[in-house]
Amino acid sequence: MSRIQHKKKVDKIMTALFFGGTAFAVILLVAFIGFVIVQGFGVMTPDMLSFSGSGLGNMLFNTLYLVFLALLFSMLTGVPAGIFLAEYAHQGKVTHWVRMAIETLASLPSIVVGLFGYLAFIVMTGSQWNLFAGSLAVSILTLPLVTSVTEDALRNLPSSYRQGSLGLGASHWQTIWRVLVPACFPRIMTGLIMAAGRGFGEAAALMFTAGMSTDINWNNWDITSASCPLNPFRPGETLALHIWSLRTEALHPNAAQLASVSSAILMVLVVSFSLAARYISWRLDKKMGGTNS
Amino acid sequence: MTELTTTLTGYAAQVHDDAHSKDEAAAADITQENTFDVKGLNLFYDKTQALKNINMTIKKHEITALIGPSGCGKSTFIKTLNRMNDWIENCRVTGEILFEGRNIYKEVDSLALRYRVGMVFQQPTPFPKSVFENIAYGPRIQGISNKKKLAEIVEESMHQAAVWDELKDRLHESALGLSGGQQQRLCIARTLAARPSVILMDEPTSALDPISTQKIEDLALQLKEKYTIVIVTHSMQQARRISDRTAFFLLGELLEFNNTVDMFTKPANPKTEAYITGRFG
Repeated sequence: MSRIQHKKKVDKIMTALFFGGTAFAVILLVAFIGFVIVQGFGVMTPDMLSFSGSGLGNMLFNTLYLVFLALLFSMLTGVPAGIFLAEYAHQGKVTHWVRMAIETLASLPSIVVGLFGYLAFIVMTGSQWNLFAGSLAVSILTLPLVTSVTEDALRNLPSSYRQGSLGLGASHWQTIWRVLVPACFPRIMTGLIMAAGRGFGEAAALMFTAGMSTDINWNNWDITSASCPLNPFRPGETLALHIWSLRTEALHPNAAQLASVSSAILMVLVVSFSLAARYISWRLDKKMGGTNS
Repeated sequence: MTELTTTLTGYAAQVHDDAHSKDEAAAADITQENTFDVKGLNLFYDKTQALKNINMTIKKHEITALIGPSGCGKSTFIKTLNRMNDWIENCRVTGEILFEGRNIYKEVDSLALRYRVGMVFQQPTPFPKSVFENIAYGPRIQGISNKKKLAEIVEESMHQAAVWDELKDRLHESALGLSGGQQQRLCIARTLAARPSVILMDEPTSALDPISTQKIEDLALQLKEKYTIVIVTHSMQQARRISDRTAFFLLGELLEFNNTVDMFTKPANPKTEAYITGRFG
């Protein structure tokens, strides 16, 4: 009897511990986001959001544009790599090394990737700082994540999808493209959102690639011109990098306030992006999963 | 190699034409009595021999039931008929399986073979797509993309699989939301939509309740008018109720193969008798 009571007691204590741990993480997150947002929007003035002078509009646009390009690259390389690892590669020495290489890539310090990007995309091509180079650097950082998420998603699919499709005379590729990839689309999408989060917040890798200046003329839509907003081969400072430069070397009188506002905008951006993407993948899941009866 | 490829492409093209034409036309095309002629078939997993010198003939428009205790090789055998064991590593097949007179491991392309020899699995295998898209999958991978044509094939297949009335209003819902029995009949409809001439069923009712089982059995009896059916079953009653011929497998060997009535009334082999009377298995 006392043994049973003891067991129940331990059970309760452990439950409380786990609850406490979870609650701590949630409270920390909420408090942190709350602090940054209150702090930031508290000192915000309308001209800070403008696209000229010391306004943050251009950096916001650069951030979105850079993340978009980086996601495009890591999707074009990471998703096929994940498909290869899950579906085509034979389990053996070679895949073992490939997987290890990908894991190592994931743990590279971003400043190293930044310097590599500087060497490979700026010095060796003889170009100035540009968004394209920055997005390539970020996609190097996000590539391992996208690859492993894609691989895991494919591996975790029920084998019945594969069986059913192959049993109908579909080729391996038809099976992958028409059944397996659509089935793990929501999970690949989640991977891409996480990758985007990394892109929004990245600063070190961009310092020597995307550059620390931005000069956009919103009336110039000639894509070859260096001041056209959509030209990816122009310098483009992102919000995260701007925060860093404001807090270290800016001579601006209200640099501290601008940095707070930038942080708040970045936070809102990340949170809303992740919520929107979650909503989309939830909708897709529901559509495919048949839970909407 | 090039020669082989040409023959395979030729066969695939022929299959493709069949897939477009009406079932009757396709059926009239085939003059042979036997759908499968299996001669001296051996199958090895690494060094273990899972099938030993199997010789059997599967006749057109009949239901052939494969029975035997777990691990006797009946499921392995049915998978060789449409080469679903191609993906199993270290699986080696010797001997011959002729499908309508052609050696399926030598003269027939495996994809083309599976267009003609469809399979229904033990667990329903619906894709996470709508009911319509599930059934349209086979025709789509065979290259049919005309919407009207697809809709026709889907409706016809659903009628044949007796799910049209139940599911005609749920065509655009996810197939994963259906009940197990509905999913299995959906999978049969999906197999039919690919226009096969043979349907292999690997214990299609073992995951289903009695009412769904009854529906699948009735369906099998209707379908044998147009198709050749090979069914693996754990249930002796099921073999008895629906099959024309029964094959009894034990430890990788085909111990007895006879028409179902004789097999269940006067089995030739004492081991068959012991199994069908429930003394082991």
